Amino acid sequence: MSDLLVIDGLTKAYPGVVANDGVSLAVAPGRIHALLGENGAGKSTLVKIIYGLAAPDAGRMFMRGREYSPASPSDARRSGVAMVFQHFSLFDALTVAENVALGMEDPPPMSHLARRIRGLSEAYGLPLDPGRVVGGLSAGERQRVEIARCLIQDPDLLIMDEPTSVLTPREAESLFSTLRKLSSEGAAILYISHKLGEIRALCDGATVLRRGKVVASRDPKTTTEAELAALMVGGEPPRPGRAGRAVGAARLVIDGLAAKPLSPFGTALKDIRAEVRAGEILGVGGVAGNGQDEFFAALSGETASDPAAIRFDGAPIGRLGPNARRGLGILCAPEERLGHAAAPDMSLVENAALTGMRRENLTRRGFIDWRRARSFSDRIIERFDVRAQGSSHAARSLSGGNLQKFVIGREILQRPEALVANQPTWGVDAAAAAAIRQAILDLADRGAAILVISQDLDELLEISTRFAALNGGRLGEARAVEGLTMERIGLMMGGSRETEAERADSR
Amino acid sequence: MIALEKRPEPSSFWRWVAPIVAVALTMAAGGAMFAILGKDPTEAIRTIFWDPLFGPFAAHDRPQLLVKGGPLILIAIGLSLGFRAGVWNIGAEGQYILGAICGAAVALAFYPLDSWVVFPLSALAGGLGGWAWAMIPAILRTKFNTNEILVSLLLVYAAEQLLASASLGFLRNPDGAGFPGSRNLSRYDAAANREILEGSGIHWGVSAAFLAVPAAHALMTRHRVGFHIRVSGESPRAARFAGVDPNRLTIFCLGVSGALAGLAGFFEVAGPAGQISIDFNAGYGFTAIIVAFLGRLNPVGITLAGLLLALTYIGGEAAQATMGLPAAAIQAFQGMLLFFLLGVDVLTKYRIRPARRARA
Repeated sequence: MSDLLVIDGLTKAYPGVVANDGVSLAVAPGRIHALLGENGAGKSTLVKIIYGLAAPDAGRMFMRGREYSPASPSDARRSGVAMVFQHFSLFDALTVAENVALGMEDPPPMSHLARRIRGLSEAYGLPLDPGRVVGGLSAGERQRVEIARCLIQDPDLLIMDEPTSVLTPREAESLFSTLRKLSSEGAAILYISHKLGEIRALCDGATVLRRGKVVASRDPKTTTEAELAALMVGGEPPRPGRAGRAVGAARLVIDGLAAKPLSPFGTALKDIRAEVRAGEILGVGGVAGNGQDEFFAALSGETASDPAAIRFDGAPIGRLGPNARRGLGILCAPEERLGHAAAPDMSLVENAALTGMRRENLTRRGFIDWRRARSFSDRIIERFDVRAQGSSHAARSLSGGNLQKFVIGREILQRPEALVANQPTWGVDAAAAAAIRQAILDLADRGAAILVISQDLDELLEISTRFAALNGGRLGEARAVEGLTMERIGLMMGGSRETEAERADSR
Repeated sequence: MIALEKRPEPSSFWRWVAPIVAVALTMAAGGAMFAILGKDPTEAIRTIFWDPLFGPFAAHDRPQLLVKGGPLILIAIGLSLGFRAGVWNIGAEGQYILGAICGAAVALAFYPLDSWVVFPLSALAGGLGGWAWAMIPAILRTKFNTNEILVSLLLVYAAEQLLASASLGFLRNPDGAGFPGSRNLSRYDAAANREILEGSGIHWGVSAAFLAVPAAHALMTRHRVGFHIRVSGESPRAARFAGVDPNRLTIFCLGVSGALAGLAGFFEVAGPAGQISIDFNAGYGFTAIIVAFLGRLNPVGITLAGLLLALTYIGGEAAQATMGLPAAAIQAFQGMLLFFLLGVDVLTKYRIRPARRARA
C-alpha cells in the first residue's frame, strides 16, 4: 500500500521557538493517523504547513508520490486536502447550506447543494438540516457543518484538529463512526488530539511530537495509555523540587468552587477543592481549555462566586472584586498579556497603575499621583530587567517576553500574600523564565501562598510543592510533586478512567 | 495594491494632524458638492468659514460663535467621557430636549415669581431631566444588555414627540392666543439665561462649558475615574482585571453626558431660543458627536472643534441667506467632516505600505 502523504524532515521556526524540527511522517489511504502531543508540541504548525497556511523553512512533502508544496489553503484543497479547525469559521446568520457554499470554490445552485448535503448527512451519519440557520446550532452540529463542508469536496486527506474538544461524549461517539466510515471508503485522516483514550479507540497509527520533534511512532491499539502519556510529556524524571521546605497553615482555600464558562467554548468549573498553604506553591497543570481561564477569573475576582467557595486566611472572599482582593494581598497575573494583564495602547506607567493603584498608594483622594506611578513602573523595569525604551512607551511596543516580565514583576513587587499566576513564563526566554521562577520561589519562602497555572509541566515540577490537574472543569486531587512520575502526571492530565481506578488502588 | 500595517504605538502626530486633514478634505469635497449644486465653491467656503470671523458683519457673528459653540462644547464634553469608555451615547439630542422641557417646566411653574432661586433650580431640573433620559439606555444596557446606541438614538424621537406635546399642550403659553410654544423665558427675568458680559455672547451656558473643559481634563488625566474610563475604552478585559465595574461606569458615563446635555438644553431654551417650541432644538445633540470626535475626545480639542462647528452653523445660515444654499447641504457638510475624520483616523493606528504578496 503506497502512502498518500509523506512528510520528510519538515522544519519551521518562529522567532524564539522551533515549532517543527525535522518532522517526518506518512499517512496512508484508509487509515486514521493520530498526531499526538502537548500544547506547543508543534502539532498545529505541522498541519498549517500541510494545509498551506504556513511555509516550511526546510523539508519536503509528497502527495501521491509527487512533490507537494501548497501556497494557500485553496491550493491544498485542489490537491484533495480538507481541514476541520478547532475553532469554527461559520456565519451565524446564514443557513447550513449557505455556509457550505461559502467554503466552495465553485458552489452549485442552492437547491442542488441542499440535496447533496442531505445525501452526505445520510451516508455518513451526520444529521444536518441544510435550511437551518447556523446561529441556532449546538457546537456538535456546527462541527458537522464544518465536516460537511469538507466532505462535499470529496477529500483524499481530512485533517481534524482537536475535534472532540467541543463535543459531548455522545457527539464524539457519532463523530468517530463518521470518521471510521470515511476511512473505510479509502480516505486518509490525520487526527490531532491529546486525548489518549479516543486515539486508542480510533486511530491505526500515531506519531508523537514533543517540542517540535517526532519522539516516537506507535500503534496506539497495542500501546498502553500510560506509555503514550509518558512519550507525550517526556520520560525525563522530574527535577529536584523544593523538598524539605517548611509549609505553614492553609491560607488560600478553595472549597466547592463552581463557575459558568466565560465564553461559548469555555469550560464550566465544577466543585473545585484545593488549599494552598503558606510557603507552598500549588502547580495546576492540564491542557488548555479545561477551565484554566474560568479558574483564574474566579481567583482574581473578575467573576464573583459563592462567598465561602474561596477563603483567604479564613475570611470568605468569593464575592469580593479584584481590588478588594488586592487589598487583602491576593495578587494575580493573567496569561494573556495584551488586553488582559495590560492595556496595549497605554504606557507602562499607566499599566503599572492598573493593578498597583491600591497597594502602592498611587491615589490621593481619588486623584492619581503619576510621579509615584512612574517610579513604581521604573522599579519594575529595573528589578525585572524589562527591555523597554522607557516607562512612557506603550505596552504594545514591548516584546512579548519583556511585557511578561513587566506584568509578573508588577504583581511580585507589590508584596503579595497570595499570588495566582497563569502561565507565568509563557513566551519568555530561558534566562528571564528562570528569574521569574526564582522570584516566585522567593515569595513562597516569605510565606506567601502561591498557585501557578501552567501548561509547562517542566516548570510546574521545578517550582511546585504539590501538583493537581485541571480536566474538564474539575480539579484532580493535589499530590506532592516529590515522587510523581511523568507517567502518572500524564494520566492525571488526561483524566482517563484508569486514573480513577489507580487512585482507588492506591488508597 | 496597498496594505495597512499596524503601528507599534499609535502615532501622536496623526492623532492631531488627522482633524486638520479632515477639515481640508471636507472643504474640498464640500466645495465639489456646492459646485454640483450650481454655486461658486470658493464663495461658499468663504461665506461659511471666513466671513463670520472677518467679514463685514463679523462684530455680530463673533459672539454668536460662543452662543452656538457653548452648548456644542458642553454636550461634547459629556459625550467624550462615554466615547472614551466605549459607551456610545448617540441620543444626546433627546437628553438635550428633555433638559430643556424639564428646566422650562420648573421655571414656568414659578412664573411670575421674581426670585434668584428660579434660575439655579431650573438649571438643576434641566440637568436632572437630561440625566433621567440617559438613565433609560443606561439601565437597559446594564440590566438587559441592550445596545445603548439604538436605545439612546430611538429615545431622541420619543423626546421630539414629548417636545411637540409640551409646546402644544402642557407648556403652552396661556396668553399666547393659541399659538404653539411656551412663554418666552428669555423675557422672564428670574429664569432668563442672560449674557454675563453684554455683547460678548458669553451666557451662563457658555461659562458652564468653559468650566466643564478643565474639569473634564482633570478628570481624564488625573482622577482614578478618568483612568478607569480610559482603560475600559482601550481594553475592557484589562479594565475588569483592574477592578472596574463596567455597569457602574456605563451608568456614570451616560449620566454625566445626559446631565450636561440637559443643562445645555435648559440654557438654550432660557436664552438664545427663548421658549419651548416644536423645533427650538437645532440638532446640537447630534452635532456634538462630530465635535467630540473632531476634538479627539480631548477637552481642549473639543473646545476648538466646538467653535469650528459653530462657525459652520453661522456661516451656513449666512450661505443659506445670501447664496440660497439648502439647509441640508450644510448638514451634509458637517457629516462629511465626521466621515473624513474617521477615514483619516486610520492613519493614527496604521501606516500604509505597498502590499507584498507575502505568505509566511
